Amino acid sequence: MSIQEELQAVIKEALPDVSCVIGWREGPEPLRAAPLFVRTPADADAFRSGYFAVNNPAVFLPEYKGGKVGVVVKGCDARSVGQLLAEGLIRREEVKVIGFPCNGVIDVDKVAVALAGACDPGEIQAAREEGDELVLTTPSGEIRLRKTAVTADKCGRCLFPNALDADVFVGDTLEPAVSADDYADVAAFEALSLEKRMDFWEQEMSRCVRCYACRNACPMCVCREHCVALSRDPRWLTQSDGVRDKMFFQIIHASHLAGRCTGCGECQRACPARIPVLLLKRALSRRVEDLFAYRAGVDVAGPPPLLSFALEEPKIKERDW
Amino acid sequence: MSEQKIVSRKFISLGYLPAWLEELALGRTVYVPRQEGRTVLYRPFVPGDLPEFSRRPAESAKHVLFPRSEGLFSFCRKGDPGAPDTRGLLLSESAEPGQAVIFGALSCDARGFFAFDPVYDGCGTKGIAKDVYYLKRRENTALIVKACKTPLSTCFCHWTGGGPASAQGADALATDLDGGILLQAVTKKGAALLESAKLSPATDDQEASARAAHEAAVKAMPSSPSLDGAPEALLGLFDNKAFWHAQSAGCLSCGACTYLCPTCYCFNLTDESNGIAGTRLRTWDTCMSALFTMEASGHNPRRDKAARLKNRVGHKFSYYPRIHDGRFSCCGCGRCIRSCPSSVDIRQIVLNALKENADV
Repeated sequence: MSIQEELQAVIKEALPDVSCVIGWREGPEPLRAAPLFVRTPADADAFRSGYFAVNNPAVFLPEYKGGKVGVVVKGCDARSVGQLLAEGLIRREEVKVIGFPCNGVIDVDKVAVALAGACDPGEIQAAREEGDELVLTTPSGEIRLRKTAVTADKCGRCLFPNALDADVFVGDTLEPAVSADDYADVAAFEALSLEKRMDFWEQEMSRCVRCYACRNACPMCVCREHCVALSRDPRWLTQSDGVRDKMFFQIIHASHLAGRCTGCGECQRACPARIPVLLLKRALSRRVEDLFAYRAGVDVAGPPPLLSFALEEPKIKERDW
Repeated sequence: MSEQKIVSRKFISLGYLPAWLEELALGRTVYVPRQEGRTVLYRPFVPGDLPEFSRRPAESAKHVLFPRSEGLFSFCRKGDPGAPDTRGLLLSESAEPGQAVIFGALSCDARGFFAFDPVYDGCGTKGIAKDVYYLKRRENTALIVKACKTPLSTCFCHWTGGGPASAQGADALATDLDGGILLQAVTKKGAALLESAKLSPATDDQEASARAAHEAAVKAMPSSPSLDGAPEALLGLFDNKAFWHAQSAGCLSCGACTYLCPTCYCFNLTDESNGIAGTRLRTWDTCMSALFTMEASGHNPRRDKAARLKNRVGHKFSYYPRIHDGRFSCCGCGRCIRSCPSSVDIRQIVLNALKENADV
């Protein structure tokens, strides 16, 4: 049995105890899966795992609080589940976590780059994996891309390909490809001058349409309809189309996620304007790792460092200031 | 195409395109599809750049006629020390919008404005309350659409009465031919744009090649289901909570669908003031946001995402057509599907509604 078939069987077994199991199905485009909500055993036949199952199903879990729900998770999704639990946003006994070894997922933006104008990624009619290659059927014939060129960046630095804290784990565990996240992307960006960094963000934010897909795709965003971006009373931001307000929101979003962001990258994937907002969050995650030795969604035994108070932090020697 | 009469026709070889666009940009803003970061958007033409035609724009062109945020007027409270009992308010109108051309919009983008037109022309008030801000820009903007050759997997313009090479709602239609572009004006505004020494006369052969390309593009679209009965089917499901909960399960309640949509025309009004002065802004709003229907009392008639998604689909395929001669307020561009982080598919929801209604 393939991992996918095994997962389908596990989902069916889980169903009597849960109102639904959240996973993935084929989406309207060959490269993009869609969330699946399995409520009957027959629904489970539509379940798809693998390279195109990018969405983080953990984002839906708080909606189902108060009843028991199942969720199939990749390693990165499992970190979101872990962080939601650590913050008491969901209850452990109300979630059945089904894990599997993840070999990485696609980044559709990278496909667009790799196609180099040969066609619009939306024109792709079918996609299949063949070993290390992704074979795309396009109006102008078959195009083969190396999977390493179109796999999400987060997979290249993934330390947890196997879902942590799963109730059921299907398949054999995988060794992570790397031993540490070196934050090379953040370091390279921070090596630029402040002016250059500001220019970069002003340029990027100028594309923002203020749809807040970044916020809503984030499993850890908790303010919901009380978001600073929309609140009129108090009024923190104007509704103008200027870069300042857009950047203001992104910086607030990133700050609220410091020590809480698990790096799943859904904010960036959701952005229709393709603004690399994950970079802001990773810059803060790096600081939190350095200062508090805390990785969101992994080191969840104690309270998250910025949601708790210590008279003196081991690495912040205020009394010596 | 072409239901419309061709007023004039010209050919431009690709080498002359930048020069012609520069010429159009004299005294006007010319918007073209432009690659920015990893996406394509409608942006003002920059001399020296070629429009980006290898990928279709992620956003619609509606922001040219209906800015994401526009200052309607600015205000300043004024006091007179000589008359402390009186209070004054100084209002200043915003500048008139200038002339614009959108070159290389998609057929669906042009048809999207059909949904705006009656609403902003005061249809609900028998023509009394006209939206001067929109109408002025509509009048000042010319649209040159570029015929599509192949559909994206999310395209469904032909479900909604359009087509990949339709010139409906546009002033001119551009079609790629060998070595250049055939330009066919369908309005006087379009014909005026084609009066340029950079363009050469077009031949019957070129027009025949364009016609063949249009027919091939239509053929490349998968067959379209009938949406007759969609308005009634959706209305029939208005109170079916289970149906809407199932359809909206994957929805994240963000505004990507509505903000990229060529037909979504809802806006919010806010006074953005600082001290005694400020601006009244009109900003895009989205019915997918919980705040869209939040009332001053704190009551919200659309409390969950199921109710909000029902409104988006219902508005486009039921409520709007019921008062606008059966025309959907959806042009089938598929951007809401393509850019939805959760791949919510409005086509599937309408088909599910038709099926659900037939099963009852």
